[in-house]
Amino acid sequence: MKHIKTIVGAVLKEAAGTSGCGECQSCS
Amino acid sequence: MTLIHRYIKNGVPIVLDVASGAVHVVDRLVYRILDFYPEQSDDYIIDRLKNEYAKKDLIEGLEEIRQLQKEGLLFSKDTYVETASNRYNDQVIKALCLHVAHDCNLSCRYCFASQGDFKGQRLLMDCDTAYRAVDFLIKKSGKRHNIEIDFFGGEPLLNLPVVKKTVEYGRKRAAQAGKEIRFTLTTNGVGLDSETIEYLDDNMYNVVLSLDGRPEVNDRMRCFRNGVGSYDSIVDGIVGFVQKRADRSYFVRGTFTRENLDFCEDVLHIAGLGIKSLSVEPVVSGRDEPYSIREQDLGTVLREYDRLFDECLKRAGTPEEFSFYHFKVNLYNGPCAIKRLSGCGAGNQYIAVTPEGDLYPCHQFVGEEGFLMGNVFDGMLDSRIAAAFRDAHVYNKEDCRDCWARLWCSGGCHASSYKTTGSLQKSYSLGCEMEKKRIECAIALEAMTRIKEDTYDKGLQG
Repeated sequence: MKHIKTIVGAVLKEAAGTSGCGECQSCS
Repeated sequence: MTLIHRYIKNGVPIVLDVASGAVHVVDRLVYRILDFYPEQSDDYIIDRLKNEYAKKDLIEGLEEIRQLQKEGLLFSKDTYVETASNRYNDQVIKALCLHVAHDCNLSCRYCFASQGDFKGQRLLMDCDTAYRAVDFLIKKSGKRHNIEIDFFGGEPLLNLPVVKKTVEYGRKRAAQAGKEIRFTLTTNGVGLDSETIEYLDDNMYNVVLSLDGRPEVNDRMRCFRNGVGSYDSIVDGIVGFVQKRADRSYFVRGTFTRENLDFCEDVLHIAGLGIKSLSVEPVVSGRDEPYSIREQDLGTVLREYDRLFDECLKRAGTPEEFSFYHFKVNLYNGPCAIKRLSGCGAGNQYIAVTPEGDLYPCHQFVGEEGFLMGNVFDGMLDSRIAAAFRDAHVYNKEDCRDCWARLWCSGGCHASSYKTTGSLQKSYSLGCEMEKKRIECAIALEAMTRIKEDTYDKGLQG
């Protein structure tokens, strides 16, 4: 593309399949 | 619902696609087209911009926008409303904030813990209560493999023997349950002798050390009970810990108030001590404290973030580079949608435990009337309070549901909302403006570093 540089794509949509495993930290 | 957000940072036009998380750097032609697209027709846009750009280029720009739209990278639909409501359905607790000391050797003016005692009596947690808290976490964590305990206070180093025994007991119990347990600790730095530094370095996954910046700024807020400032008593211990820690996880964390709105100077002071991982954050307080940040301070604060951004950009890739917590964003490997909707998890996945074993939604709510959720000795949790926090998500908060930053900020800090508006469902508007600025800076820093690497900037200045 000449006018647009995509720095990062649809990271949230891509994550939908594994979203919410809950092993992240709660003050890949 | 806002679908895209665009802004220009240091001359670089940036476009965010809110629901997909996509980030684009565009040229000024596309940026101008987006003044009208998609509400207006192509013919209208071309006619409107014909004196600024060639028709051929405008058609090209429109085609590129449409291509990204087709790929779900621009103007994508937000489909997370249902996800937000169901995100805590498994009802597990992953982390405890263990208040091993409701006592402190400092008497900081802005302390939400009322100088350490949380509006109650000065008290240290005993081993029995700490062990019951560990058991409570193991039981309530369900199938989760990773669990955490954050030693907090007051000042947790005032009760170091119980910290050490809890670490030992926690490791034993986690191993029995087939889980991985991590410990973190937040300290004011007063008790950091060489033996303690060694212990924390060996046993803590992360350590947060409090320092507000320049000596006179730190000492105005962070002083001993006799009024003497703490800077000279803590700086050597903090620097000593950081040197031993090397590149493993820690933060030196400061607070700025309306008494140091030039907080960029404090960030640079801390960085000048050789500290590479740091954060200086706006004070969380009611609106009427003399040090509370006011509406009229906002312009100054936002300009200061710009100044800090320039400094971070200038230092990127040099030996003077440092990591400013709020300008740190992982665009490529960041959290999933559910994590973004959950934020800190207070009141559901993350619970605070007082020295008596009482349970609160998080450390900021300890001692607040109406927020006592239960006790580790009976193991029951008030489901109404948990539900109130579960329901305070971005699609239920009027100020958040149409905000472009909703999937970056997760709705902000519940305590900030409650302390400034009296409701979990309302937003602290001043905090929102500061947060949006930080997110813009964080994304721009990442994007500009990336385009610098790709030397793409030369081609995108049209």
